Amino acid sequence: MTSRATEGISALELARRAVQLARRAGAHQCDAIVVTGSESTVTVRLGEIEKLIEAGSIGLGLRVIQHGRTAICATSDLAPAALERFAEETVELAGISAPDEFAGLPDPSLYGRPGDAAPLGLYDERIEALTADEKISLARACEAAALAADPRITNTDGATLSTRVGEVALANSLGFEGSYPATSISLAAEAIADDAEGKKRPGYWFSAERSLSRLGDPEEVGRIAARRAVDQLGARKPATTRVPVVFEPMMAVSLLAHLAACATGDALYRGATFLAGREGQPLASPLVTIVDDPLLPGRFGTRPFDGEGVATRRNILVESGTFRGFLFDCYTARRLGRASTGSAVRGLESAPAPSSSNLVLQPGALAPAALLRDTPRGLYVTALMGAGFNPATGDYSRGAAGFWIEDGQLAYPVTEVNISGNLADMLAGIDAVADDLAWFGAAAAPTIRIREMTVSGT
Amino acid sequence: MPDPAAAALQFFRDRFAIDPAVTSTLLSVALSRGGDFAELYFEHRTNSAITWEDQHVRSATRTVSQGLGVRVVRGEAIGYAYTESFDMEAMRRAAETAARISAGERTPPPIDATPFLVGTSHYDFDHPLVAEPAAAKVALLERADRAARSYDPSIARLDASIGDELKYILIARSDGKLIGDVQPLIRFNVSALSQRGESRQVARQGGGGRMGIEYFEQVTTPEQLAREAARQAVLQQDAAEAPAGTLPVVLAAGDSGVLLHEAVGHGLEADFNRKGTSNYTGRIGQPVASPLVTVVDDGTIAASRGSINVDDEGNPSGRNVLIENGILRGYLQDEISSRHFGVAPSGSGRRQSFKDYVMPRMTNTFMLPGEDTPEDIIRSVDRGIYAVSYSGGQVNISNGDFVFSVTEAYLIENGRITTPLKNVMLIGNGPDVLSKVTRVANDYRLSDGRWTCGKDGQSVPVGVGMPTVLVSGITVGGTKL
Repeated sequence: MTSRATEGISALELARRAVQLARRAGAHQCDAIVVTGSESTVTVRLGEIEKLIEAGSIGLGLRVIQHGRTAICATSDLAPAALERFAEETVELAGISAPDEFAGLPDPSLYGRPGDAAPLGLYDERIEALTADEKISLARACEAAALAADPRITNTDGATLSTRVGEVALANSLGFEGSYPATSISLAAEAIADDAEGKKRPGYWFSAERSLSRLGDPEEVGRIAARRAVDQLGARKPATTRVPVVFEPMMAVSLLAHLAACATGDALYRGATFLAGREGQPLASPLVTIVDDPLLPGRFGTRPFDGEGVATRRNILVESGTFRGFLFDCYTARRLGRASTGSAVRGLESAPAPSSSNLVLQPGALAPAALLRDTPRGLYVTALMGAGFNPATGDYSRGAAGFWIEDGQLAYPVTEVNISGNLADMLAGIDAVADDLAWFGAAAAPTIRIREMTVSGT
Repeated sequence: MPDPAAAALQFFRDRFAIDPAVTSTLLSVALSRGGDFAELYFEHRTNSAITWEDQHVRSATRTVSQGLGVRVVRGEAIGYAYTESFDMEAMRRAAETAARISAGERTPPPIDATPFLVGTSHYDFDHPLVAEPAAAKVALLERADRAARSYDPSIARLDASIGDELKYILIARSDGKLIGDVQPLIRFNVSALSQRGESRQVARQGGGGRMGIEYFEQVTTPEQLAREAARQAVLQQDAAEAPAGTLPVVLAAGDSGVLLHEAVGHGLEADFNRKGTSNYTGRIGQPVASPLVTVVDDGTIAASRGSINVDDEGNPSGRNVLIENGILRGYLQDEISSRHFGVAPSGSGRRQSFKDYVMPRMTNTFMLPGEDTPEDIIRSVDRGIYAVSYSGGQVNISNGDFVFSVTEAYLIENGRITTPLKNVMLIGNGPDVLSKVTRVANDYRLSDGRWTCGKDGQSVPVGVGMPTVLVSGITVGGTKL
C-alpha cells in the first residue's frame, strides 16, 4: 500500500528492526516510530499550472530510555549499516541526560489494539488513485469559480490541491507493535478584490479531509473564497469600545485550540497554565461542552493508538461549563500521579507530549441567524491574527477583522481591530451557542457569542 | 578557513560521490522534456539539542536529514521533486518527476559544470558547536539555571535548551554554476516561570547566530539570557492592563525590527509583486514611507542568524536597499522573479530544506539610524507606549495589515517611561505606520539571533534590527478603555 518508499520493507518492520538494533546496542527501554508518505501538490493560478510537486519520504525516530535517561534521534538514512550505527549513537547519547524516575514506556495493560484501525476511516484508496490530471482539474475548477464568482475579484493567489498517502508505525521494546495507513486531501483558494486607495482584500477558504468523498465541492470552495474577499471591500476601523463578540465557526475553533493547549499535563507540571487547580470547578458558561475525541471516524486527529501505543479514548474537557480535567501522556501522568489519557502525540524528532486529537465544541439549538438577530450591536469575527494568547494567565489579545453588527445585522466590514480579554472570562461569558457545527482540520465548533470583550480601534 | 563552496563540494564528493559528472547527468535528465532552467539542491543537515527542565537534563536529541531537491522551471511554472536518498537511481527518478512540468521531448543539452568559489565567508564554519563535547553544553544550561534562580525568589522554574545545526548545501544549475555553502547555526533558549501564590508568569528569551561556542563569550552569556527572562517574568507580575485605542508608540532599538520585517519586508518580496498580490505592486520609485525611513536587507552581516554566503539558488547574498528616504527602490528577488522584472537576483532565494521550493525571503532586515537621540524621542511623548520586546507578529501580505504581541512594554507619561504594561498588542497597517514615522534615533541595534520567519509553511532563520523610532499613532489592543 504505502511501503513502496521503503523498498520492500514495511514501516512496521523498520520500526521493529530499529528497536532490535537499539536493544542489541544495550538499550534498556526503547521505542521507534516510522512515518512514510507520498506527497503531491498542484497549484493553479490564473488558469495556468504554477507548481507541480511530487515526492515520497520516510523518517524514523528512535527514543532510548536508559534507566531514566532519555535520548531521541531521527534519521532518514535507513540502510542497514547506517541504521545500526544510528541505534548505537542513540544509546550513547542517552548518557548525557539526567536520570528521571518518570521516564519510561507505557504499562502494556494500556496498549491500544492496532488491528482496530479500519473502522476509523483514516485511509481512502481513491486519494492514492487520483492522477496528476485529475488533481490539476480540481484545482483549476476551484480557481476558475473564484474568479468567476464576482467581477470585483481581480486577482488570485491560486488554488492548491495537496494529497498525502502515508503510514505510521510504532514498535517498542515491551512488545507493542502497531501501524495504520492514512490519507489526506486538501484544497485551498485565495481570491483578491481591489479596494479604494489600492488596498487589496484577500479572501481565503479551504477544505481538508481524509477521504475524497468528504472533500468540499471545488467550485464551492472557490466561491466562498471570493465572497470572503468581496465582503471585506470598504472595511473600516471602528471606535474603541466594549461590545458582544460573535465568532464564526472557524474562529471559534481557534479558541478551542487555545484552551486545549492549556489543558495538557505538560502545561500543568510546568506551571504554565491558568487551568491549574481548576479541575472539577466551573470554568465556562453552562452552554459549553468541549470533548476531545480521537475515535471519531475520518477526522484529522483520529488515531487507534497514541504516540506511545496507548489506547486512545474520548476525553471530556469541559462538561456543561465544568472543567473536567487535563490530557496526559505517560510521562506527565506519572509525574503528576495521574493516568495517561491516551493523548501522547509524537514527532520523529521530539519526545511524546500530551496534545488534543479532535476537539469538538458541542453545538447548541440556536440558528446562527437567530443568534445574530439577538445581538443589537457588536463585532462579528471572521479573521484573527497574531499569537496574543498567554497560556499561563489566559490573557487573550488578537488582531481581528469581520463585520460590525448593528440592529442584529451585519452592517459593514471592519478591519485592523484588536479584541482582548481573558480566556477564562471569555469562556464564562459565552451566552449563545448556535447549531451550525463545522469542521476545520482536527476541530469543530458552531458560531458562538461572548457577552463582552474590549474592541480596540480608533 | 577554506572557501565555503570548496568545503561543501568536497563534503558531498567525499561522503556521497556527488561530483560535477553526477550533477551534469542529473541536470540533463531534468531538462529532457524542455524547461528553461533546472537546479539541483543537495543538503546534509545535522541538528542536535539538549533540553533542560527544572534543574536537570530532560533529554538529548540528534537528527540527521539529507536529500536532493530538483526544480525545473518553465516560464513562471515549476516542477519540483525530492528524494532522501543520494543513490543515483533515486536521484534520477526525482529529476524525471520534476521534468514533468514540461511536456516536450528534446535531446538534453550537455551541462558544463563549473565550480564557483564564494570568497570570504560571513561566518566561521570550522568550529561548529556540534563538535563540542556534550558536557560543555550542559555546563551552559546549568549556568543559566543558577542565574535565573538567584535573580528573584519568585523564579520557581527555568526551562532551557541549547541547539546547534550544521548544514552543507550544494547547488548545481543548468547554466553550469556549481556552488555551495556550509552554514553553522546555534540557538540558546530560556523560559523562566515566576510564581507568587496563584499568579504565574512565564517569560522567554533566546539568542544565537552563525557561530560556535564563542557566542557565549563574545555576544552574551547564559547568565545574561536567563536573568533577562527572569526579569521579564517578574516584571509581568506587576504589569498593569494596557490601554486600548490609538496612541503614539516609541519602538525601542533592536527587536522592534520584527515590526519592519512583518509590516513591510514581506510585502517587498518579489513573488507577491510579480503576481500583483502585494500592496507594493507597481510602486517602485514612489514614496511609500516617511522620508526618515531607509530599509535595508543585508545577508552579509558577520555571524548573524539571518546571514548566508549564497542563497539556495546559488546566488551570492548582498546588501539590498529596499526603501531609501521613503522611496521604494526595489524588491527581494529570486531567480524566477528577477527574470520577470528583468533585474539581477538579489541573493534572496531561500527554502527551508531540500523538500521545499525556493521563494524570495528576507535575511537580516533593518532600518538605518537617524539623527535623534532615544531620550529626546521619549521626552517628546505626552502619553504613549514604549515597546521593547516582542513574541511575534503576523502580516496580511496583500494589504499590509499586521499585528504584534509585545512582551515588554511601558506607558509613557509626560515624557517619562512609567508603568510596565501587560498584554499589549500593536495592530495596524504597514504602509500607514511607515508614513507615520516622525522621529528616528541614532541608536541602531541588530537584535540577538532569535527570529524565525515563516512563509507558506516554510521556516528560515532571519535577523532584524532597528533604531529607536517614534510612530505618531498605532492602534494598541489593550483591555483598559
